[in-house]
Amino acid sequence: MSGFAQNTFNGLVSGAFYALLALGLAVIFGMLRVVNFAHGAFYMLGAFGAYVLLTEAGVPFWAALLIMPVGLGLLGMALERAVIHRLTRLDPLYNFLLTFGLTLILQDLVKLRYGVQSSPYATPSLLSGSVNFGLFDFPTYRVFILGFAVLLCVAVWWVLTRTRIGMVVRASTERPDLTRAFGIDVGRWVTPVFGFGIGLAGLAGVLAAPMRAVNPLMGADLIIVVFAVVVIGGLGSIFGSVAAGFGIGLVQAWGEAYLSHFPIVSQTIVFVVMAGVLLWRPAGLFGREEAPA
Amino acid sequence: MTSTVETPADASRPAPSGLVAVAHAPGWVRYALLAVGLVVAAWLPNGLYPAVAVDILCWALFAVAVDLLLGFTGLMSFGHAAFWGTSAYVTGLVAIHAGLPFPLAVLAGALAAAVLAVPIGYLAVKRTGIYFAMVTLAFAQMVYYVANEWRSVTQGENGLQGVPRELFGVDLTDDYYFYYAILPIVLLGLAAAWRIVHSPFGRVLVGIRDNPARARALGYPVHRYKLTAFVLSGFIAGLGGGLFAVGHRFVSLDVLHWTTSGKAVIVVVLGGIGTLWGGVLGAGIVVRLEDWLSFSGFEAIGLVTGGIFVLVVVLFRRGVWGSAAALAHRLAARRR
Repeated sequence: MSGFAQNTFNGLVSGAFYALLALGLAVIFGMLRVVNFAHGAFYMLGAFGAYVLLTEAGVPFWAALLIMPVGLGLLGMALERAVIHRLTRLDPLYNFLLTFGLTLILQDLVKLRYGVQSSPYATPSLLSGSVNFGLFDFPTYRVFILGFAVLLCVAVWWVLTRTRIGMVVRASTERPDLTRAFGIDVGRWVTPVFGFGIGLAGLAGVLAAPMRAVNPLMGADLIIVVFAVVVIGGLGSIFGSVAAGFGIGLVQAWGEAYLSHFPIVSQTIVFVVMAGVLLWRPAGLFGREEAPA
Repeated sequence: MTSTVETPADASRPAPSGLVAVAHAPGWVRYALLAVGLVVAAWLPNGLYPAVAVDILCWALFAVAVDLLLGFTGLMSFGHAAFWGTSAYVTGLVAIHAGLPFPLAVLAGALAAAVLAVPIGYLAVKRTGIYFAMVTLAFAQMVYYVANEWRSVTQGENGLQGVPRELFGVDLTDDYYFYYAILPIVLLGLAAAWRIVHSPFGRVLVGIRDNPARARALGYPVHRYKLTAFVLSGFIAGLGGGLFAVGHRFVSLDVLHWTTSGKAVIVVVLGGIGTLWGGVLGAGIVVRLEDWLSFSGFEAIGLVTGGIFVLVVVLFRRGVWGSAAALAHRLAARRR
């Protein structure tokens, strides 16, 4: 029983990363119709930034947790203004290609400066050790990640459903023309929303730094799994993306634990689930059928 | 013939300018272009390192395969490394273990790629647009993981070593002669792609690209057409991948990596989406450039290819062939 609880907990923790990344992707996609390939690269920049801040300037984890998302968010906004903005009127494929190119550039820039080897990042002292919940000891840092991610998702949900800003964002996501007709300046929200999504990716990166190996390629393979996650959840649905993120984390952890004879399972199970969803509900579990192209 | 197939300049999808312009160029222009192309192909290993020329041929097939989907069916596959790479592995394994002449091994590899394209295509064509790109990317990554874990067959990260270049005892160890040995196969593959695009089947594909709802209303089974195009494209990509494996005498996991899929797409965009031969040009440019960069000891090749990607997408969406064709078209129109 405690084994099951442990697997479930670990699944939820890795699901938290999927959820944060999928949430950012979904918000950006909703507002801009852009699938941001560089999302994984910004996650990597978040982790790397935290590492560089600590080793080269002595900036502690808690400060990095604020600095990196804000900094990357601003960088994202500049990026949106500079290039992505020019392509949003075209087929979304062009921005996908653009952000793919950016991913290669960002990865190689970091690689040039810091090499490809992984760098360790110490767990902040406040969060070292473990917490006992009766069944067994959970590492404190992982409990913190899970709590923090859930809190963030709830906060985003609250902003989207309970505030005026959220209402505008949701309206311009679903019916941009109609929203404009009501005299709301949709364009004004595009850049901040993009920056926010990038900031979330950076935040996930900082959170990942003490737990996972910090290296220039850490976001590359992750982003593809996150793409599968949002196909499963339905990219148009913010709730679906988050739910699918946690769900896939769980399925992967259980698969790893109970199908350990087949090491291939934990890596490929997400794609098998995606295949099943495409057969059963092509628009994703929580997605709506896209308008016929 | 006046331009009847000219589609309206619709900014929302890749402009099919190049092929239309060439298809309506006077006959002598088309034959002249073909002649120039053949002469360049026959001369290539004399002007470049033969190994680079071989790579260009393989990538030309890969790019044309991707353009068949992207330019003529309106589907951007971001996972074509799955077919290129699967064929590379199957070709390598067949050549190593069965000792067959390399064209048969390549054929086996391409067939394996086509077989793999059936389930992936069946699932992927359920989505369109950007989702299609994400789904194909995800399935290709699955193939990558499988190859990575299945070490007893693929040798994992060590790669398949010592793929032979067997051809009835002919000595093909020199890349110069190997180039001419594969040239007929590559030309056959390119001709097949041309034939597909200009067949009634290809016309239906373009119709589906431009207006899927109308194609469906006219009674065309849209999914089945897309799937057929996907499998054919997988086969042609497989031809390229198989030749690539024999050409390098080595297969590494890189052939299945997502950067390989992405590179194939950028080769097509650089050459010109929907121009078919633009992909051949794009392959020449990118392979030559990468060779030059690695030769000059520049490590961050991704920085340059990524930069090209960004520049092409922002400033040069028609690509080399597309821009040239559009220019020629405009000049011809002015003269008339």
